[in-house]
Amino acid sequence: MAVQLEFLKSIPYFSDLDIAELESIAGLIFEKTADRAEMVLLEGESAANLYFVASGVVKVFKTSAEGKEQILSIVRPGESLNDVPIFDGGPNPVSALAMGPVLLYGIKRNDMETILRDHPQVALNVIKVLARRVRHLVSLVEDLSFKHVIGRVAKILLEHVGGEMGRGPRLTQQEMAAMAGTAREVVGRSLKALEEEGAIKLDRHRIIITDKEALKEITGAPS
Amino acid sequence: MAEMPVIEPQKCDGCGLCVGVCHLNALAVVNNIITIIETVECDWCTDCEAVCPTGAISCPFEIVIQEP
Repeated sequence: MAVQLEFLKSIPYFSDLDIAELESIAGLIFEKTADRAEMVLLEGESAANLYFVASGVVKVFKTSAEGKEQILSIVRPGESLNDVPIFDGGPNPVSALAMGPVLLYGIKRNDMETILRDHPQVALNVIKVLARRVRHLVSLVEDLSFKHVIGRVAKILLEHVGGEMGRGPRLTQQEMAAMAGTAREVVGRSLKALEEEGAIKLDRHRIIITDKEALKEITGAPS
Repeated sequence: MAEMPVIEPQKCDGCGLCVGVCHLNALAVVNNIITIIETVECDWCTDCEAVCPTGAISCPFEIVIQEP
């Protein structure tokens, strides 16, 4: 296996390392592949390896007891998976699923400890990565706990519906997220919740408002 | 013609992440730009939009009221 040193250098964990340091780390890396829809990590299981996405995309999420899914992040090439249990020794706090064919670079927990001891710059990089992760999760917690995002998404749908005057503007989930002041992941979940409430129906590229009064009620506006 | 995701070629950096996540194999990188294979009917899972790091591909929804 030939781990590309240039790619390794692009991983935030290993930025600012010299070639000799990267070569010694490359020797500790193993490859793991996953097919589309294959679970890469299972919530609650013990974690033996830290992973970096080398190619493809991995979805990191939590599932409620009722089977509802909340996406926490979309992990792209160069980004890491499984950091928390590797550093605190606990079980995986999340599950991860390959969204397509994925190549992962893995490092065993013990080897990661060796890397941290031998290369202090990596420890500084890890702190930065984890701090960014905390910032992202704090923002998501804020969205999920304090903001009535479902109501705002319902309002956006009512404001942009097409009518007798013609078709309304077409909106992406990203645009709805920007309008609602939240993350795309939260909009996706809100749309699913509205569908479960029977207020809308998702039909490929169309969002069909099936119960306008229910949707108005969810916005908190008088009907 | 079936509705397909919208691509803004000037934003596409040809990374191909969307190709890998499309479970219908409706996307391909041609000349370093993402291209839609229109023989496949997209089911609007929006995964391609979710993974695109540059916002070059989007899956807009039309919002309509159900006919009585």
